[in-house]
Amino acid sequence: MNHNVYIYLLIMALTTYLIRVLPLTLIRREIKNQTIKSFLYYVPYVTLSVMTFPAILTATESMISAAIALAVGILAAWFGRSLFQVSVLSCLTVFVVEFLLFL
Amino acid sequence: MNNKNSYWLKKGITNGIPIALGYFAVSFTLGIAAKNAGLAALQAALASITNHASAGEFAGFTVIATLGTYFEIMLMTLIINARYFLMSCSLSQKFDAKMPFFHRLFMGFFVTDEIFGLAVSVPEKLNPMYIYGMALVASPGWTIGTYLGVVFGNILPANVVSALSVGLYGMFLAIIIPPARKDKIIAGVVASSMAVSFACTYLPIVKNIASGTRIIILTVAISLIAAVLFPIKEDNIQDNMQTSSSEDGLDMKDSPINNDTIKDQEVHHES
Repeated sequence: MNHNVYIYLLIMALTTYLIRVLPLTLIRREIKNQTIKSFLYYVPYVTLSVMTFPAILTATESMISAAIALAVGILAAWFGRSLFQVSVLSCLTVFVVEFLLFL
Repeated sequence: MNNKNSYWLKKGITNGIPIALGYFAVSFTLGIAAKNAGLAALQAALASITNHASAGEFAGFTVIATLGTYFEIMLMTLIINARYFLMSCSLSQKFDAKMPFFHRLFMGFFVTDEIFGLAVSVPEKLNPMYIYGMALVASPGWTIGTYLGVVFGNILPANVVSALSVGLYGMFLAIIIPPARKDKIIAGVVASSMAVSFACTYLPIVKNIASGTRIIILTVAISLIAAVLFPIKEDNIQDNMQTSSSEDGLDMKDSPINNDTIKDQEVHHES
């Protein structure tokens, strides 16, 4: 089989686009079914939770820095810090903790 | 451009900045992966601007690296990016019936985790300009980051890369935690999602499920259980997620959009 990088890239792009655009274009009206509505309502919370944890623990050089960053991020978000602040605080936490850890 | 549109475009650009910064860091590491898979910088950038999908692109690069079949890369992309299908279903409910159709075709390029997270948190109908505004800064951040990742691979010190790599997770937390504070059911859903996800990552047998597949299975299963146990009863769902954005300087009070929908922001559950 011939392998052309651009064909690979084209397949990736088309597949990804269709996954996103089909529901956007085919679902033209408001869904009335209560279970489906509730399901879609919970999807973002579940999917973001599942993607965050435990993946965050292995995202950095040390699990300790990641765990502390997670705790700081949760607290900052709990106390109403903005998206940007929570994000930057988490990064800074990792930076500082790893600096201390690897002294 | 009318008031509403420019309001949402500006707001999208403002909120797109932290997304772009996070993307830049992540896509930089993605660029390194692309380089290792043998892609040129422009090819990697092309993948990024046409996919906007970290895990999906990463998986694609591994298939390219191993010279997998075209079917394999299609299937891999399909499975890993399937969560966008759910997000698009969810997003489709936020559109105004009068919105021109072509917007749906354009927005289809930009349903990423972060853009979706912010777009779905808008309490009223979604203005496409909000998505375009975010995409306007986030997409170049993602694409240029990938490009530079290939070119400059190992220039950033490891501790900086390490610190930047939690940036996106921080954003996720900022989206899910504030509504969880206000609503016990969401708090329970978030906590159990994390617990089950943790278990599935480390328990024998299930830990062998690829992460993309795990995300899909858990999202469908947990959301379905939550929907059956705690159906929401309000006809016009005022997504609780808006609370995260209203504390994000996105205060709706200065919005030209009607304030009436916002007052009743608590979502009621039947229990």
